[in-house]
Amino acid sequence: MLRNFRLSALLGAAAFAVAGTAYSQNEQFIPMNGYWVGPYAAGGSGIFGGFIDYLNMVNARDGGINGVKLTYEKCETEYNNARGVECYERTKKRGPTGASLVHPLSTGITYSLIDKGTTDHVPIVSIGYGRTDASDGRVFPWVFPLITNYWSQNTAKIKFIGMKEGGMDKLKGKKIVNIYHDSAYGKETIPVLDAQAKKYGFEVTHIPVAHPGNEQQAQWLQIRQIKPDWVILRGWGVMNPTALKAAAKIGYPRNHIVGVWWSGAEEDVIPAGDAAKGYIAAAFNVSGNNYPVIKEIEKFVYAKGKGEMEDKSRVGSIYYNRGVVFGIISTEAIRTAQEHYGKGKPMTGDEIRWGLEHLSIDDRKLKQLGATGFMQALKVSCMDHEGGGSVKFLQWDGAKWNTITDWIASDQSIVRPMIEESAAKYAKEKGITPRDCSKEG
Amino acid sequence: MLYREAGQFKTTYAADQQLFPIRQDRIGMAILLAVVFVGVPVAAATPALAGMIDFNYWFSGVLIPFLIFSLAALGLNILTGYAGQLSLGSAAFMAVGAFAAYNFELRVPGMPMLASFILAGVVAALIGIVFGLPSLRIKGFYLAVATLAAQFFVVWALTKFGWLSNYSSSGVITAQKLVVFGYAVDTPVKRYLLVLAIVSVMALAAKNMVRSSIGRAWMAVRDMDVAAEVVGIPMVKTKLLAFAISSFYCGVAGALYAFAYLGTVEPAGFELELSFRILFMIIIGGVGSILGSFLGAGFIVLLPIFMDLSAASIERSFGLALPAGLVSNLTLILFGALIVFFLVVEPLGLARLWQIAKEKLRLWPFPH
Repeated sequence: MLRNFRLSALLGAAAFAVAGTAYSQNEQFIPMNGYWVGPYAAGGSGIFGGFIDYLNMVNARDGGINGVKLTYEKCETEYNNARGVECYERTKKRGPTGASLVHPLSTGITYSLIDKGTTDHVPIVSIGYGRTDASDGRVFPWVFPLITNYWSQNTAKIKFIGMKEGGMDKLKGKKIVNIYHDSAYGKETIPVLDAQAKKYGFEVTHIPVAHPGNEQQAQWLQIRQIKPDWVILRGWGVMNPTALKAAAKIGYPRNHIVGVWWSGAEEDVIPAGDAAKGYIAAAFNVSGNNYPVIKEIEKFVYAKGKGEMEDKSRVGSIYYNRGVVFGIISTEAIRTAQEHYGKGKPMTGDEIRWGLEHLSIDDRKLKQLGATGFMQALKVSCMDHEGGGSVKFLQWDGAKWNTITDWIASDQSIVRPMIEESAAKYAKEKGITPRDCSKEG
Repeated sequence: MLYREAGQFKTTYAADQQLFPIRQDRIGMAILLAVVFVGVPVAAATPALAGMIDFNYWFSGVLIPFLIFSLAALGLNILTGYAGQLSLGSAAFMAVGAFAAYNFELRVPGMPMLASFILAGVVAALIGIVFGLPSLRIKGFYLAVATLAAQFFVVWALTKFGWLSNYSSSGVITAQKLVVFGYAVDTPVKRYLLVLAIVSVMALAAKNMVRSSIGRAWMAVRDMDVAAEVVGIPMVKTKLLAFAISSFYCGVAGALYAFAYLGTVEPAGFELELSFRILFMIIIGGVGSILGSFLGAGFIVLLPIFMDLSAASIERSFGLALPAGLVSNLTLILFGALIVFFLVVEPLGLARLWQIAKEKLRLWPFPH
């Protein structure tokens, strides 16, 4: 036993000795704090696979960003807050300039990192999850819930339902059920749905499903009694296929169920089999590998026998492509920062924060990146840390996700006042004085 | 040779009853406390060392969670290890502590931070008493199931009643700034010292408590409750007190978890899985041992981090590019295997290993 201890102690000493190895000065370090085990491993491994592959593609094709090589290090968070914080603390000082930015890929970990990132000057980027009211950049200078937050997404969903019904005025008197994962993530859209119900005159019922959500008979019996016109599915992990199967059992039409993007990957529908056919989900990225950016990854990474995905068929899946979107946004923020602070230098956290805040990806840029139609155009500002706000809707045909709409913009006239109100409350609670955006350079 | 109490004569009852009756233990404890309270912060402040080791990472990523989980494990050990009442609600009591401290700070103007930590512990203790009531009628696994109710009820109540999280739309709370006696605890080293001080005081209190009449009553109940009742130990008081004090410890640990460690917590973070982790800590560390709580917390909290670090550096030094999921899965498998290994080799926990080592040291170098 003692010898075992000694051996492990030795190994540990070696580990820390090696952990401090020298790095080249012309590198930009990006931590990959994700999860490759546990119930959400499908999401974590897919997204970080796409993210890492994109960085490697940029390194192989362009030699990095203006000659600055992108480096990364994986850290397993197990989707657990405590481990996520540990990973953050471990990697925040790596590389010549420290962690460029952090993608926590968990709403819980994002919440835990908001204070820490603000103190340590590490931008916290949460694309499609995290704290919604952080879209108000005046109160949250270091937090970037980019592309679309949950509230925006939800208004786009109601717009989509309105479109299907033949106009927003037709929503009056309709019944919508919001079946949600009973957690911080799941509860997040309740206020915005209530606000819209009041505005458009539809009736909304919120039905919680206890974690992990593999038992939903009671909830769907309730739905059968309500006979809603539409069901909004706000699930995560195993809850999604279970909901679709339960819906099939009571005979609720799947093409009247609209899911959030965390309910809309291949991994969410394939386990449900035929029960998932016709199901609709919102998305801020599409699936498929028919985009130039994915082709480039295949050419520069996979063709050389490298690449993160063991199962190559996952390249081009929803999660994988989302990871590529993460990669595009991270590298473009670094590029924007370099254009301002000096090309060919590694950027510090402060400089990248500036880059994120001035990030602008227009249609021309998207074309250049090979991502036209793959993701939406984006313009971030000091006021608006969301930048995009549109979603597409995808429908599952039993074999793949088909895009059925163009980008549908969210209704910021509902969302923005709620965000500002919530952010102001947070600022008051924490004693933060919001920045004056007219004075920001 | 070094660890032998020969020649240490006790001339008063007080000397005989002290916390560490053997001089070497006293010296060892004093050295340990000096190292953790003075040595570590001084080392962190030394520029030469600070350049080599990232102390901020060690404080906020490793030591603070280790200390907080030790405290939670200590709380559960009082209940399960000393009083023999199996509980699966530790995470719930931590949640109560975290949310109670937040609400005291939020709603009572000028509330001192330490006072809200204590009150958070008291609130957790009250909830603990309520959920301890079934222990008067049921035991063992049945009681464990009853404490599960606490686990689910608390998490449900915290998400259900918006008042508890100040109507945050998602049920998430953000801890207020940590200020103790008008002194801002804002750097990792200060937070470490605060947590360390609280944990040390409470661990000493626990060590004292388990030797007192209360502790002995707990152990009597644990070993045979019928016999304990026959010799006149009040069952209701003893059991409920165990629940109250255990929950108090968990509550304070929860408040520290929110205020000194994560900063922002959500009810879903205090799930059953966390309760299980705390239970595993005391099973591996040693049921019915103060030291065991610390060893177990060290094993469960630090080992995965340590294995993750080693795996990454092994991968780097050999230039291996292993498939993404493989390393994570391997460390998880290895961790599980180590747990099984330790339980097979030493079912009484790591604390028992230390005890054996002490007995061997006493004879060394002349084992007979």
